[in-house]
Amino acid sequence: MSPLDLLVAAPLAFMVAALVLGQGGRWLILAAGPVMLGLSAWLLALPPDAAHLVGNWDLPLGILLRADGVARLLVPATCVCFVAVALYAWPEFSPKAGRETARAHTFWPMLYLMWGGSNAGYLTTDLFNLYVTIEMVSLAAVALAAMGSLAAGLQYFMIALVGSLAYLLGVALLAGHYDTVDATLLAVRARPDLPTVLALAVMTAGLLVKAALFPLHGWLPPAHAAAPAPASALLSAIVVKLGFVIILRLWFEAFAEVVRPAAIHLLGGMGALAVIYGSIQAIRQERLKPLVAYSTVAQLGYLFLAFPLIWNARIPGEPWAAVLVHAVAHMLAKAAMFLAAGLMLKAVAGDRISDLGGLARAMPLSVTAFALAAISLMGLPPSGGFTAKFLLLHAAIEQGQVIYAGVLVIGGLLGAAYLFRPLSVAFGASAAPVVRAEGALRVAAPLTLAALAIALGFAGMTLIELSSIGAPPAIALPLAEEPGP
Amino acid sequence: MMAGAPLFLILLPLIPAIISFSLPERLAVWRNAVNLLFALVKVGIVADLLRQVRGGVDLEWRYTFLPGHDFLLRVDTLALLFVSLSVFLWLITTVYAIAYFGRGPNLSRFFGFFNLCVLSATGVALSGTAITFFLFYELLTLATWPLVVHNGDEKSLRAGRIYLAYTLAGSAAFLVGILWLKTLVGSVEFTAPPDLSAVPPLTLTLIFVLCVGGLGVKAALVPLHAWLPAAMAAPAPVSALLHAVAVVKAGAFGIVRMIYDVYGIGTVAELGLGTPLAALASVTILYGSLRAVMQADIKKRLAYSTVSQVSYILLGASLIGPFAVIGGLVHLVHQGIMKITLFMCAGALSNRLGIKAVADLDGAGRLMPVTMGAFTIGALGMIGVPPVAGFISKWYLGIGGLQSGAPWVVAVMAGSSLLNAAYFLPMLYRAWLLPPPERAGFRELGTSRDRMLILPAVVTAAAALAAGVFASSAVSPLTWAKLIAERGYLE
Repeated sequence: MSPLDLLVAAPLAFMVAALVLGQGGRWLILAAGPVMLGLSAWLLALPPDAAHLVGNWDLPLGILLRADGVARLLVPATCVCFVAVALYAWPEFSPKAGRETARAHTFWPMLYLMWGGSNAGYLTTDLFNLYVTIEMVSLAAVALAAMGSLAAGLQYFMIALVGSLAYLLGVALLAGHYDTVDATLLAVRARPDLPTVLALAVMTAGLLVKAALFPLHGWLPPAHAAAPAPASALLSAIVVKLGFVIILRLWFEAFAEVVRPAAIHLLGGMGALAVIYGSIQAIRQERLKPLVAYSTVAQLGYLFLAFPLIWNARIPGEPWAAVLVHAVAHMLAKAAMFLAAGLMLKAVAGDRISDLGGLARAMPLSVTAFALAAISLMGLPPSGGFTAKFLLLHAAIEQGQVIYAGVLVIGGLLGAAYLFRPLSVAFGASAAPVVRAEGALRVAAPLTLAALAIALGFAGMTLIELSSIGAPPAIALPLAEEPGP
Repeated sequence: MMAGAPLFLILLPLIPAIISFSLPERLAVWRNAVNLLFALVKVGIVADLLRQVRGGVDLEWRYTFLPGHDFLLRVDTLALLFVSLSVFLWLITTVYAIAYFGRGPNLSRFFGFFNLCVLSATGVALSGTAITFFLFYELLTLATWPLVVHNGDEKSLRAGRIYLAYTLAGSAAFLVGILWLKTLVGSVEFTAPPDLSAVPPLTLTLIFVLCVGGLGVKAALVPLHAWLPAAMAAPAPVSALLHAVAVVKAGAFGIVRMIYDVYGIGTVAELGLGTPLAALASVTILYGSLRAVMQADIKKRLAYSTVSQVSYILLGASLIGPFAVIGGLVHLVHQGIMKITLFMCAGALSNRLGIKAVADLDGAGRLMPVTMGAFTIGALGMIGVPPVAGFISKWYLGIGGLQSGAPWVVAVMAGSSLLNAAYFLPMLYRAWLLPPPERAGFRELGTSRDRMLILPAVVTAAAALAAGVFASSAVSPLTWAKLIAERGYLE
């Protein structure tokens, strides 16, 4: 037995159990939480080259699960998010009087399905297997999005389907061309010929839709803004990361020899535009949840803005670490922010930013969670968000990439502009609304997540070491023989 | 003391911060006691550090937080100048704030963030590398914002927005500057200035502009000063401590570090950067004073006076001569003590008599003679009347100007002193010589709370007087400034 198997198998087992238990599914988190946290700790403790062939079938027939840096950072972070969201969701998705019981039935199995799918996505190197994980996560995500708005859910469903099919087409092309779809084998075999480039292009396009990179982000704000808070948290924190991670693996591992500078700058440019566009849209929102959703559009931009910075770096390990730290920090901070926003909006029974007046006094812990998450998202110290943006900015300046450096700086300022707006209203003294006492467990969830996003800022060296484990050769060594500045 | 002392000193306010945040309003007495206790402890620790550092002890604490970026805390003479000023004034302001607010809403939050500001300001002072400085500088912005918007009205929220827009943009420029420098010359450590000889002069100039421009925002250098008068919407203890001392001084202190510990006076002179900065500082001095004359609101007038006075420090630093440096550094302390006196008096006037505008000051001296007495000492010091501390600063700056071949500095000093007189003397005239409105049964020091409100200003006024009268004694700010100049900057 290996934790790599179990990290995928256990959530799926819990999913089946949740289906069987129906409304009682909420109780499962009491078992799933400790089990998954334990497995995550085990994953972190594995030796650096830990890998596992499912069923002991060798490649290319078998499936390889691998504990590399990406998995070691994202699997535990995902686990913490799921546990926190589940504890927060407990009272919301339980069969109380006057509640829709259908939601209590569907939420819990979907949560575990998404959990298993994401873990599999971070651990596997098999591109077809990745297709399966994308579908698992998308299915769960569509179901959760539909809880808020059926229209947004349907739109999301159609777009997710197109994305998946594009990806599958690419996988099929590769399978025919190379007789394997394992990323580690492709890394050795890949040649920069037309079918390969075509396959990479359609796969990337499909995944970009899932990762909601500008201008393919259109489905995200309505879906994320309309869903119930725990669902929004999962959609923004977890779902969009999988597409990004697969692109990262494709571009820097499987096809590192195929990718050309023009392509990588196209991706980086889209990321830069996403940062600016998402931030400006967030500034323009009058309601809180769309603001947070557009913030996701902006923050996802940084993940892709980092691509050219990794590609051109003298020490690629640093921006590589930065992008992974950003993914983790955004995961924690964005989940925290949606959960805190959920509590705040519920307390004032409104959805506008202007409704938040006086909340800093009425519900200080929720506002604290929101504020700490905001600090990480703005990239202010000390936080994981700061560590990531700092390393990226350093890389951009070192490489003389003025535009990317400018976007990093301006993006941070725009982030402050939209995130301080709700905080400013909350600190205002307009007659403090009378709110019910916050349930201790429900406040603890966003507060813990936000505190972890801040705590990441103190663990920079550890995170960089973790991210370098099993990093693709292109990252471990300078890609191009460029002299330093 | 162990090497961890700097870290301990910085993190100490976390304890009262956490206690303040978590205590409910009804346990205000306990909260106040804890805050006072820790402020006192800090003064004690700093007093001990002063003794050790004068004896030549070197304390530092280092931690690599990212590859090639060290988090370094270092206790040197310049750091201690800033630290001792802030811990002394923090203790005073804590007493004042407790009396000023009495029992009001959101005070747990106020004292919590107040302590986080102490933490950040101490961190700014003790930073040993440029990046460490940046971390605390940014933290200071975050910790002060809740204090600026403390009142929660539209005016405060607007002030908070302006404050963030200026300071965040400023620190972004500063960050770009230091990262750029880092990529060119490696780690920027204050005690071991980097070798800049291989960097093209234009690049160095650009980086200098980015850094000083970024820091100049907090130092309220014209034209980056507009946030400071706006931030007067904050309660008096905030204006007193943060805007007279912590925030603006963090900016000025950073610029001193840039000139002396990063670039070094040789490079600054070679690049010809000293004179433009001195000119800009002079413009700020005169412009701030002119605007102060035009203000009808007492706090606004004091705010513009701060804009003007902080640039004395920058003027001293940018003139690059022994007397000018000493004058600038000693003004860091003198201005802090005098300006906090003025702000605390202004707060007491508005708190007790509802006086906010200059025109309402008529007869205030008769109603509140102790308060106005302290105010008068502070005002005379600002004008530069001997023997109050401000005179010492101006004396050294003027001589420094002559010494550095910039005789126009004397004219700036004289012009500024005239303008200072033009906005302070009418206030004193009104307060002392015009008859007060009828206030039956008003007693300045009636209750113990009144005494707590007014006596801090008396203490700082006495300190301002003592710093001037006993300037040549072994424990004066001037002596310490000379020590800094001898040890670091005049080799």
